[in-house]
Amino acid sequence: MSEPGDGRLAILVTLCVAMLLMILPMPEWARPFRPHWVTLVLLYWAIALPHRVGVGSGFMAGIVLDVLTGTLLGQHALGLSVVTFIAIQLHQRIRVFPFWQQSLGILVLLVIEQLLALWVMGATRGVTPGLVYWTVPLIGAVLWPWIFVTLRKVRRHFKVI
Amino acid sequence: MVLSLMLLVVDHRFHHLQHLRSTLAFLTYPLHYIADLPFTATSWLNETASSRDTLLAQNRDLRDKNLHLRAELQKYESLQAENMRLRDLVDSSFKVGDRVLVAELSSVDLDPYKQQVIINKGSASGAFEGQPVLDAHAVMGQVINVTPFSSIVLLITDTSHALPVQVLRNGLRTIAVGTGRISELKLPYLPTNSDIVEGDLLVTSGLGGKFPPGYPVATVTRIDRSPDAPFSSVLAQPRAHLDRSREVLLVWTVPNQLPVTPREPEPAEEADPAPEPAAETESVTEPAAVPETPRESET
Repeated sequence: MSEPGDGRLAILVTLCVAMLLMILPMPEWARPFRPHWVTLVLLYWAIALPHRVGVGSGFMAGIVLDVLTGTLLGQHALGLSVVTFIAIQLHQRIRVFPFWQQSLGILVLLVIEQLLALWVMGATRGVTPGLVYWTVPLIGAVLWPWIFVTLRKVRRHFKVI
Repeated sequence: MVLSLMLLVVDHRFHHLQHLRSTLAFLTYPLHYIADLPFTATSWLNETASSRDTLLAQNRDLRDKNLHLRAELQKYESLQAENMRLRDLVDSSFKVGDRVLVAELSSVDLDPYKQQVIINKGSASGAFEGQPVLDAHAVMGQVINVTPFSSIVLLITDTSHALPVQVLRNGLRTIAVGTGRISELKLPYLPTNSDIVEGDLLVTSGLGGKFPPGYPVATVTRIDRSPDAPFSSVLAQPRAHLDRSREVLLVWTVPNQLPVTPREPEPAEEADPAPEPAAETESVTEPAAVPETPRESET
């Protein structure tokens, strides 16, 4: 158990786990459906602790993710920094929502991130993904309540403030 | 946000960020390693727990296959000698002999909309950017990013990859561009009247200076000749098992020969079945100091 306020490690570890989930091998048919774990975890921390996790953290996590998954440097960084910015602007409202409304809000944020990534891919002559691409935010939104509860447990257990 | 936009542009247009990317990739290597761990562990378990009979049977099979391949090789060697003799006659002989090193794919998933894989050999083994990568059947792609212990390989089917090829039957030269689908290449620059038929084998022409000439690449699967279009649309299927191969070959061609020799003590390899030094077929001794050619594969 650590002292209150000393939660940097907890935040880092959860982010690292999310990154691992992003690159863990999955069967070929399931690969396009992989939810954006890093975005979800980062959004939780941005909503819960806006003074600790901000646009800068989003940017750094995005860069690491870009290197990790081999995308163009800045593709994830752009999406994550925009999404964390919006989440921090709205954090007081999102916190008091019931779960299903939170999920809807998260869905919008995830769609924005996905849209930004799509623009980057389109601008750099990447592949134009099919409709499957848009199921990723849906899956993320469905997963949100569980991620929220889990990370809240983590936060309370390690007394991250 | 502006910073990330700038990064995007810089990374796309220029290649100044390779160093930054390599450094970061080195720092994130532990994550890749952990993600690969379950697979490595299971294959290790499989190997240790397999029975003596299975091993013996496998051994016998491999010995048979080795014999067959050796017989094939003899034929090939005599043909090569004959070829060199004929080329000597017309004064255009060149040195044959590529050095290869076996590397293994890490089972790590990258972005699903890019055709890239990670292999477990990096600059510590002498891999370099732009190095051709083959599997047992054909050309797979080229190395685009190296860190000391791993490197990223861009497959020939990625949309940003283009490969100079040649039809084996008649020597017709063209360029094979990736489509983003793992089993398809397209040949967009062939006029409607060009001599190409379904089933033609495409081999590397060696023209870009990056890939050695004469390695098989793909088989032509579909040709659409519409009379009103200037070019026919030709699709080909890569011969390499891009989505199934586990072992790949890194190739050093003669003109691009690196002066460094692969150092052998390799860390982090408990479950590597094949000893690497045995994989080197022909060591070519002249260390030609040719500077790296610029990336020609970006369309």
